[in-house]
Amino acid sequence: MISIKNLTKVYHSDSGDVMALEGVNLHIRKGEIFGVIGLSGAGKSTLLRCINMLEKPTSGSVEIDGVEMTSLAPGDLKEMRKKIGMIFQHFNLLNYRNVRGNVAFPLEIAGLDKKAINQKVERLLELVGLSDKAESFPSQLSGGQKQRVGIARALANDPKVLLCDEATSALDPQTTLSILNLLKDINKKLGITMVIITHEMNVIKHICDSMAVIENSRVVEQGPLLEIFANPKTDTAKKFLNSITMSELPEELKDRIRSFSSYHMDGKIVKIGFFGNVTAEPIISTLVKKFDVDANILFGNVDHIQGTPYGTLVLELRGNNGSVDRAIEHLKNLGLKLEVI
Amino acid sequence: MNGTMNLLLVSTWQTVYMVFISVVIASIIGIPLGILLMITDKGQICKNQIVNAILGFAVNIFRSIPFVILLIVLIPFTRFLVGTSIGTTAAIVPLSIAAIPFMGRLTETSLREVDRGLIEAAQSMGASPIQIITKVLIPEALPSIASGVTIMTINLVGYSTMAGVIGGGGLGDLSVRYGYQRFMPDIMLYTVLILLAMVQLIQMLGDFVAKQLSKNR
Ligand SMILES: Nc1ncnc2c1ncn2[C@@H]1O[C@H](COP(=O)(O)OP(=O)(O)OP(=O)(O)O)[C@@H](O)[C@H]1O
Ligand SMILES: [Mg+2]
Repeated sequence: MISIKNLTKVYHSDSGDVMALEGVNLHIRKGEIFGVIGLSGAGKSTLLRCINMLEKPTSGSVEIDGVEMTSLAPGDLKEMRKKIGMIFQHFNLLNYRNVRGNVAFPLEIAGLDKKAINQKVERLLELVGLSDKAESFPSQLSGGQKQRVGIARALANDPKVLLCDEATSALDPQTTLSILNLLKDINKKLGITMVIITHEMNVIKHICDSMAVIENSRVVEQGPLLEIFANPKTDTAKKFLNSITMSELPEELKDRIRSFSSYHMDGKIVKIGFFGNVTAEPIISTLVKKFDVDANILFGNVDHIQGTPYGTLVLELRGNNGSVDRAIEHLKNLGLKLEVI
Repeated sequence: MNGTMNLLLVSTWQTVYMVFISVVIASIIGIPLGILLMITDKGQICKNQIVNAILGFAVNIFRSIPFVILLIVLIPFTRFLVGTSIGTTAAIVPLSIAAIPFMGRLTETSLREVDRGLIEAAQSMGASPIQIITKVLIPEALPSIASGVTIMTINLVGYSTMAGVIGGGGLGDLSVRYGYQRFMPDIMLYTVLILLAMVQLIQMLGDFVAKQLSKNR
């Protein structure tokens, strides 16, 4: 659906040239939700803005649905943009128009007649759950409501692609969740391909099918979400994952765990990371029954993405005559990532 | 007493007439000029360095000429335009020409205050520059542009007091010729009071319009 090849973007400014993107290659499939994560200044916004040519790439190609975007004539680009919706961190709603007027805006631009616009606006407001706010002005809306207007507006011309630049970064966690769920619903209902830019792993975890990690102007890792979760290759990816999996325990937590178990000097503390269905096995009861080891849970963190469970467990194991070592061996054989702390 | 009253009425009318017509002309030409100044600038929707530089230079030239001098310098042009170079109608020409670049700059500033994100959002929807101007820039900046018109109007009231130089009449002329040269302090006082009321009224009206326009924002 979206194919980015060798994309490079250099900003020329008075204070010198800034290389914002360097040799970026991305392939985004039709109908998927694709997340791009990276730290501030990594080039995420630039990448997104190069997709709809708000920023002209310095070199490389961006193809959407077989159309090469970089060489479109201005008129064709305008037509193409009507099929690419975009939502923004700060919503960018017109202050002089009410909700209805804001959603009608792209339809007016596309030249629809009044009646068609009205019908369409009603349907869009219903889709985003804002029918009762149609006459409100942006200043009278909450952040979440504003973003819903932004989404309705972006969907007005039935786009094939929706670009989201930090769409939830200005929202509280609960509102973020409701907006993400809305996006997911829309993706399912309408099959729109979505590109989501964020610096929060939680956003990616919640709705993305595939993801890319961008660092210092380059894409350093990309692939299906599950693959990257199971097997992050770069340190950057690991760090981002760690923000939600806690597979690397913070020092402070380690200290707490150590102090918590300090009066059992005979035991061992192990940290187990798991991803996927290994957890279906009754690990702890196996340890107890088969190896005669006492297992004490010191820390646990379990969640799931796309129905696949993952998590981190810190256990204190106690037993006699090397039974702990045998138990650890067993756990390793199960394919768990295990580390003695 | 009746004679004084008559003088004041005629002069007030002359001032109102000069200022009003000039405001209309300066708005009709100055606001589009401001739009051009803004959209042709670097990084804007119709960036055009040559047009921007020429307009900017012209605006600066006219804004740096003191109004009294402009009144005189423009005499041939005024004669060409309205057939005479003296009188109240003739004064409208230099007044407008002084106000156009001023209105241009004020409008440009108002438009620059429109959030860039709004322009970008419109661009991302495939809006043309004309659509961005008419559906984003102008309506978003309208309250601010209205305040600009208010400032310009009050400035024109000030400029109009110099219209006497080319026989334009008005309250300023009255206060100089009667109040000062014929030692009639009462006339001086009345003209000042009328001007004061006029400026107050314009400001109040302008604030009211700006407020109405920014309702709900
Ligand atoms: N218009 C511009 N002119 C010059 N440099 C720019 C411009 N826009 C971005 N940059 C630079 O390009 C680099 C990438 O910026 P970009 O906005 O894409 O980062 P980002 O990943 O979106 O960051 P954030 O998470 O803070 O939004 C930064 O170093 C930034 O300073
Ligand atoms: Mg950004």
